[in-house]
Amino acid sequence: MHYSFNIERGNFTDAGQASSSVKRTLKQLGVDPVNIKRTVVALFEAEINAVAHAYGGRIDVDIDGEKIVMVVADEGPGIPNLDLAMQEGWSTASAKVREMGYGAGMGLPNIKKNTDDLKIDTQVGVGTTVTMTVYLT
Amino acid sequence: MTVKEIIEKLDLKCLNEANLDAEVSGAYASDLLSDVMGNARSGQVWITMQTHKNVTAIASLKDIPAVILVRSGVPDTDMLEHAREEDICILVSKDATFQVCGKLYALIG
Repeated sequence: MHYSFNIERGNFTDAGQASSSVKRTLKQLGVDPVNIKRTVVALFEAEINAVAHAYGGRIDVDIDGEKIVMVVADEGPGIPNLDLAMQEGWSTASAKVREMGYGAGMGLPNIKKNTDDLKIDTQVGVGTTVTMTVYLT
Repeated sequence: MTVKEIIEKLDLKCLNEANLDAEVSGAYASDLLSDVMGNARSGQVWITMQTHKNVTAIASLKDIPAVILVRSGVPDTDMLEHAREEDICILVSKDATFQVCGKLYALIG
């Protein structure tokens, strides 16, 4: 099964729709609730990261009997120092984003904790592609 | 303890009646959304002063039956609409976070 969603820059209002839709599908498929939770936490965080930092992007989710693969690809500033970005508490979020309760530097660590496999390809000035896999078995 | 009982005991205003009979296992108090995303557990109520639509998005994803807005917080219109769509109970307290937590802890902590 394949699903795609668009990401719009700064559109926090609709953020979470992709995760919400994926959650519904996984529930219908009878996926274990623990794996549903891990999947939606990771996907929501990646979506928020792209909304907050990038200029636009796309989410692709593939679900089969063994795994869920989520690819969040954005056009944006990229991540200059990935090691720093992975550290809990590190954030480059704007004041506006922080006011909403984001920007605590917990997004990428949350993604790491909730996925079995995480790959981040990033190029400064071009964009970032985050590939997250949750195994179901 | 159910959501309905918490409403009565803490004298909360209910802006969206949903999950009133849901059993509450505890509470999580935070205004940092990724903290809630990472650490809140399903069945807990969420105590916060954030009043925008992402609150209901997270509550729905995390199976949080009710959100308590502190200090008479007013939810954004789209947050309340979203709460209706997603069946999230929206409660308002006149108290600040510390008092709400203390009262709730005494009941279910």
